[in-house]
Amino acid sequence: MRLAILRPADSNERKSLYMKLVEATIIYAVLFFFALLVGIPFLYMFTGSFKTNGQLFSWPVNLLAPEPTMNNYERLLSGEEIPYLRQMVNSVIIAVSQSALTLLFASMVGWGFAKYEFRGKAFLTIFLLFTFAIPFQVTLVPLFQMIVRLGLLDSFLGVILPSSVSAFGAFFMRQAMVSIPGELLDAGRIDGASEWGLFWRIGIPLSRGALSILCVLVFLTAWNDYLWPLIVLRTPENFTYPIGLATLDGLYKVEYGMILGGAFIATLPIVLIFVAGRNQILDNLTIGAVKQ
Amino acid sequence: MFGRGRKIAPYLFISPFFVGYAIFFLYPVIQSLQLSFYRQVGLTNAPRFIGFDNYIRLVSKDALFIKALSNTTYYALGSILIIVPLALLLALILHSPKLRFREFFRFLYFTPNITAGVVVGIIFGLVFEEQYGLVNNLLLAPLGIDNVRWLRDSRWIMPAVILLGVWKWTGINAIYFMVGLQNIPPELKEAARVDGATRPQVFWHVTLPLLRPILAFVLTVAIIGSYNLFAEPAILVGPEGGPNNAGMTMTMYLYNRGFRELKMGYASAIGYSLAVIILILSVIQLILIRAFRED
Repeated sequence: MRLAILRPADSNERKSLYMKLVEATIIYAVLFFFALLVGIPFLYMFTGSFKTNGQLFSWPVNLLAPEPTMNNYERLLSGEEIPYLRQMVNSVIIAVSQSALTLLFASMVGWGFAKYEFRGKAFLTIFLLFTFAIPFQVTLVPLFQMIVRLGLLDSFLGVILPSSVSAFGAFFMRQAMVSIPGELLDAGRIDGASEWGLFWRIGIPLSRGALSILCVLVFLTAWNDYLWPLIVLRTPENFTYPIGLATLDGLYKVEYGMILGGAFIATLPIVLIFVAGRNQILDNLTIGAVKQ
Repeated sequence: MFGRGRKIAPYLFISPFFVGYAIFFLYPVIQSLQLSFYRQVGLTNAPRFIGFDNYIRLVSKDALFIKALSNTTYYALGSILIIVPLALLLALILHSPKLRFREFFRFLYFTPNITAGVVVGIIFGLVFEEQYGLVNNLLLAPLGIDNVRWLRDSRWIMPAVILLGVWKWTGINAIYFMVGLQNIPPELKEAARVDGATRPQVFWHVTLPLLRPILAFVLTVAIIGSYNLFAEPAILVGPEGGPNNAGMTMTMYLYNRGFRELKMGYASAIGYSLAVIILILSVIQLILIRAFRED
């Protein structure tokens, strides 16, 4: 800015108030337009869940629900079509266990790579980086056969276990833990702490921020996942909520209000989590992008 | 259990992860390669070695595979060509100084990305509904355009899926670009301005080249994401991809063959083809980004 003052001819500084107003108007108009494009489908999901089928499929389109009905939610939650509440609980159980297991494995391996020198470390790092690039679709068929052989078909464990070893999580935790000062650990060793004690009492507390971000990311992935649970889970009582919604969508295409209600109550908790931690999460989501 | 031994401790720390990684990732990767040279239908039947037959059939006799491949490539190209410039534009706007409600817009644009694919598919069933849908009634009707048969006309299914992809992915990519813009030292732009460069010139010759690493990241994620596409089209137009299989993606095709028809060997070959295609595309993308650097 100081440079600009030295050169008053700079067009930016000479811009008239009028031009600034025009520019601001355009900017906010564009932002507002995109906000509508993003927001209206969500709004329509929400209001649609309070509509009867007749109201939903009528003309002209009404984005609001002038005569709201709770009928969709009552029928959905009474479980007369599918055990939806149970399926949402299943999703919670699976997403929580998967997050806990992933965090444990990732923080341990991250700690090992961040704070120790050992034979094979360089090789394992490069090996992990290369295999990381292999798409998961390659593993689906043998994984499925393995799950069947282990007797884990139609079980939560069959969904959770294969998804709990995250190479991304390993790298993420290694990055977070590498900056923990070695002197702290040496001091701990002098005080007689075990290596596990150092990890548990120093490593974990000092990387709480990274752990919470990884936790949200893993939870979100597990909560929204469709393909793998669809392959493993077989009975409606064991389905996760996306499979439940998909069956409802496939069987009762006409009951759209009910489907929208299910979609809304499954999306709300995730959005609330992100509203609560938005700045920390949004800033850290991009860690991968910056490190490239 | 970890004792005081600093020699064995690291191995104990890394072993739970690597044991899991070996069982649930590396073993299936190798097993899948082997299986792709066998014919195995169902879980109990004995596999029969058939060499490269699965692969030969995929590329020479399987019209549906070629269809899924071209659909997915159509989606990848279409969505990337719309999303990348749009995300960049939004990032530039959101990055402008003294903007009010920046956090609000940033968060709102990002929300589609945290919404489950199944939920997005369900919402967009209404968005693209022919008679009562939002696009036809709120966007096209005011322009005097007749109802488009989005989900029933095989020509319009992929454009619908692409628009769904644009809705879901533009916001997060705008956030990636914003990080890239924040990392460009403002002095560089100011210096160029002082030297008499116009704003478009600064954008083309300073900002854009410095965003190259982020662009590479965005493209890589977009390519991988395109070939992973499954839940949204499966819900929107059904597991077979709707009329003329126009919405069938590669991952849907793998799922259908492998898990609805239980053709284990064939599905493994599809998986490996997918891996090879993603690898080739990633390499091409890296070479292109490099080529621009030489300019």
